[in-house]
Amino acid sequence: MAVGTLEAERRGTRPANLRVDWWWLQPAITFVVLLGFVVYSTWTVFTPHDFYAGPSVGRHYLSPYYSPCITNRCKGGTTWNLVSWWPFSAGILMMPFPILFRATCYYYRKAYYRSFWLSPPACAVPDAHGSYTGESRFPLILQNLHRFAFYLIIPFPIILLWEAIKGLEFGSGHWGLGLGSIILFVNAFLLGFYTLGCHAGRHICGGHLNAFSKGPVRYWVWKQMTRFNLHHMGWAWTSLVFVAWTDIYIRLVASGVIHDPRLF
Amino acid sequence: MSDQVTMKVWRGDTDGGGFHEFAVEAREGEVVLDVIHRIQATQANDLAVRWNCKAGKCGSCSAEINGLPRLMCMTRMSTFEPGQPITVAPMKTFPVMKDLVTDVSFNFEMAKRIPAFSPRPPDADGKRRMAQRDVERSQEFRKCIECFLCQNVCHVIRDHEENKQHFAGPRFLMRITELEMHPLDTGDRIPLAREELGIPYCNITKCCTEVCPEHIHITDNALIPLKERVVDHYFDPIVWLGRKIRRKG
Repeated sequence: MAVGTLEAERRGTRPANLRVDWWWLQPAITFVVLLGFVVYSTWTVFTPHDFYAGPSVGRHYLSPYYSPCITNRCKGGTTWNLVSWWPFSAGILMMPFPILFRATCYYYRKAYYRSFWLSPPACAVPDAHGSYTGESRFPLILQNLHRFAFYLIIPFPIILLWEAIKGLEFGSGHWGLGLGSIILFVNAFLLGFYTLGCHAGRHICGGHLNAFSKGPVRYWVWKQMTRFNLHHMGWAWTSLVFVAWTDIYIRLVASGVIHDPRLF
Repeated sequence: MSDQVTMKVWRGDTDGGGFHEFAVEAREGEVVLDVIHRIQATQANDLAVRWNCKAGKCGSCSAEINGLPRLMCMTRMSTFEPGQPITVAPMKTFPVMKDLVTDVSFNFEMAKRIPAFSPRPPDADGKRRMAQRDVERSQEFRKCIECFLCQNVCHVIRDHEENKQHFAGPRFLMRITELEMHPLDTGDRIPLAREELGIPYCNITKCCTEVCPEHIHITDNALIPLKERVVDHYFDPIVWLGRKIRRKG
């Protein structure tokens, strides 16, 4: 019977990991940034004040963590007041949607399987677990629901864009452009680009076809989504970091720590 | 111009083995395979190494160089730090036959389990037609040179020998995707991909894409689309309903 290199490893003639480069650096950075984001996001949705820079500072900026505001606790943002009975922070209501979308995202799966679960931590570096069933069993079989998270997240970039447009109103019918507005617009576009690059969305919009020639419109949409999909990792990171930065900026403006400069 | 380099080459057979150190000359412009051949010619005439084209197109000289799965003929010596030893080991996922040569028959066994292309009947004039845009899509997968580096790096079978029974590996899941996307093919291999050849085992860590010498987007264009087709088939009630309605219509 042939003896594989796994057997050689067991006999100690071949180390399990032969890589000599800094293979640990990328998973380490991913671990720190993702963990930092989770900690910050948890703090911000459980801290329901200063998330809206309102008339008291001459602005209409609502934190993306609290957008859309569907309770009566948003103190002046775009309020639809759909669940006025909600007794807790409005941010908690909105969090499940982006969490579901990002947690089941094909890119983030790669990121956290490598950096948190070490399965594997890097290419050709041994898996940290003795057995492996991948996404074939509960709970990871639920990753197959990513497309439903995609459906749910579609309104969010549009709502964020609407909030950014609302942020151009400087009170009493006067319109202008502050640095905060630019940040809100960039945030909406980054989340939009990340959403447009979704692998599940790319499949639903045209990738499921066997003959592109039979569906020219779907083929066109697939081609456009493929452009965003090529940079899905980049959009995933920039939109992740920027949403936290947008929240920080609005909190600083709302609490009076900094003044939002008006560009015109 | 030439340099002396230290090569640590794994030598052994089915009974075991270990790394052997060779001090050898490396000339300007050479690749790892050149240096391995020099060791073979000057110091270890019985060193076993599989190779053929020396141009990155036959997929024969796959190995692990400093721990990274690569083609020896496409890895330039100039990319390594001067003075540092370079390790060359056989592919870990497959059983060693001798030195750098592994038994890759696992791959051929997996290939046999995939039903072949089954085209629909030809058009009235006896011809089968495909639009160029449909040809282009599967053409990417046809670039595969079957070096099996993607199979070697995939941790599902690399680190878990027991999964070799029910996981075909990225190369053959890509083959299923290619056939499934083919506009002339009539087969349905989605149940096979899910239930017997292990697409749910793939956790998208993209190592197969990273090591592919042909730069095929294996994960983004083959494995994820195949996973999404599995979702269509098993997990999406909307697609299921649409299929039912179309059948009745």
